[in-house]
Amino acid sequence: MSVALRFEQVSVSFPPRNRSEASWRAVANTTLSVDEGEFVSVVGPTGCGKSTLLNVAAGLLAPSSGEVRVFGEPLMSLNRHAGYMFQADALLPWKTTAENIGLGLMLAGVPARETAEQTRHWLAKVGLTHAAERYPHQLSGGMKKRVGMAQALIVNPKILLMDEPFSALDVQTRQLMENELLALWQNDRKSVLFITHDLEEAISLSDRVIVLSAGPDTHPIGEFLIDLQRPRDVAEIRLTPRFVELHEHIWRVLRGEVLKGYAQTVS
Amino acid sequence: MRRPFPKHLWFWQLAVALAFFTLWWGLTASGILPPFFFGEPVKVIVRVGQWFVVGDIWEHLGVTLIETLLAFVIGMILGLAVGLWLGLSATASTLADPYIKAFNAMPRVILAPIFAVWFGLGIWSKVALGVTLVFFIIFFNVYHGVREVSPVVLANARMLGASRRQLLRHIYLPSATSWVFSSLHTAVGMAFVGAVVGEYLGAAKGVGYLILQAEGAFDINTVFAGILVLTGCALLLDWGVTLVERRLLKWRPTHQ
Repeated sequence: MSVALRFEQVSVSFPPRNRSEASWRAVANTTLSVDEGEFVSVVGPTGCGKSTLLNVAAGLLAPSSGEVRVFGEPLMSLNRHAGYMFQADALLPWKTTAENIGLGLMLAGVPARETAEQTRHWLAKVGLTHAAERYPHQLSGGMKKRVGMAQALIVNPKILLMDEPFSALDVQTRQLMENELLALWQNDRKSVLFITHDLEEAISLSDRVIVLSAGPDTHPIGEFLIDLQRPRDVAEIRLTPRFVELHEHIWRVLRGEVLKGYAQTVS
Repeated sequence: MRRPFPKHLWFWQLAVALAFFTLWWGLTASGILPPFFFGEPVKVIVRVGQWFVVGDIWEHLGVTLIETLLAFVIGMILGLAVGLWLGLSATASTLADPYIKAFNAMPRVILAPIFAVWFGLGIWSKVALGVTLVFFIIFFNVYHGVREVSPVVLANARMLGASRRQLLRHIYLPSATSWVFSSLHTAVGMAFVGAVVGEYLGAAKGVGYLILQAEGAFDINTVFAGILVLTGCALLLDWGVTLVERRLLKWRPTHQ
């Protein structure tokens, strides 16, 4: 299996905001990779530079040192193979659900008829046909996430980058969305790099879970294969003994970092 | 919040105007306020009616409205262009910053005599004054609109493959538009102010000129009649803006 996305000794530093501050190294010497068709989650304490890592993978942020390779090619500008699902609201508030979903095709200059057809298809896929003409402010949190998912997937990216996409949702909606994501992913196994601070979410979705240390100088400190059978139901799989076992195992590594991260936010 | 008088709002709003006129009439007719200085509402209304029936107001009103419209459109185009330019170019905006601030802080009405010298006593000196007033309102709002674009929305559009031109068309312009519309009511009012003040300071036509003439002849009723006509026009313009706004900003939560 070939590697879709690879971080090679990547470090990211941010310049100091004023003279008295030192520069902040968010990510240090990180090497990790996502295979083609693999679902990889990255967990770490809040504020540890997980999103930074994802922005580097997207090409929105250039690493200070090291290199990102996409299907073997070094990434120099925006990652054209990747779709990005953001944590915050990223829909265009002045476009309707249908327009938002079709945005990527429209920007690429795909003929209007084909865009409309594809949009209809994706509207149905994420169950939003009835809300096609609504504007984002008229949608619920879960509906917005569905639009975001369709928006990112309609352009058929080979890699999907997800930055805590469901963290703002309530638990029930969240599990529904996770299942929908898995169902969509099951069809045409894209390579997914999924960022979360929720270990349960990470285990129930992924093939592999990578644990990051608390910031600064965040780097991977553990890697775990998740050998749970697919297709999964995220609510049910949490009750299986193997899940509990994996959770305990990973949590032992993660707990120390979470405490460190928490101590930093308090002090 | 419960809206008071939801059904008879129009009636009550009209009643306020009627009450005001009645009070005005009572005070001046009884001599508590000298009619010479405060005018007489009946005569004011008769004067307004006369203007429209005989039709000699149309010419003046037309001139004032054309000046307003031109000032508004030119000011808006300039404000939009400069606002987009400075909003998108950090170098240009830092360079221009002190000048923008200075021009904005300057009481621009004092430019009216200069414009009269430059552009003559016709409509263009009034348009120029109106433009300086409208420009800054639009400019600042476009500038903010461009600057306040959510970085996440921007990153999202870039990830979906938007070119620089497409970002301008699909992200920056719509964002700026929403800011511009929130200022459009003020901008229309300012264009009107520019036109009328310009006329007041030197013109041969226009409602401002009519008011100045009446003032010279101590015809206070005509002055009030002019003010009444101007107010009516301002209300109509404002209403027009609201209509356009409703069409173009239907995506905004506040316009539900």
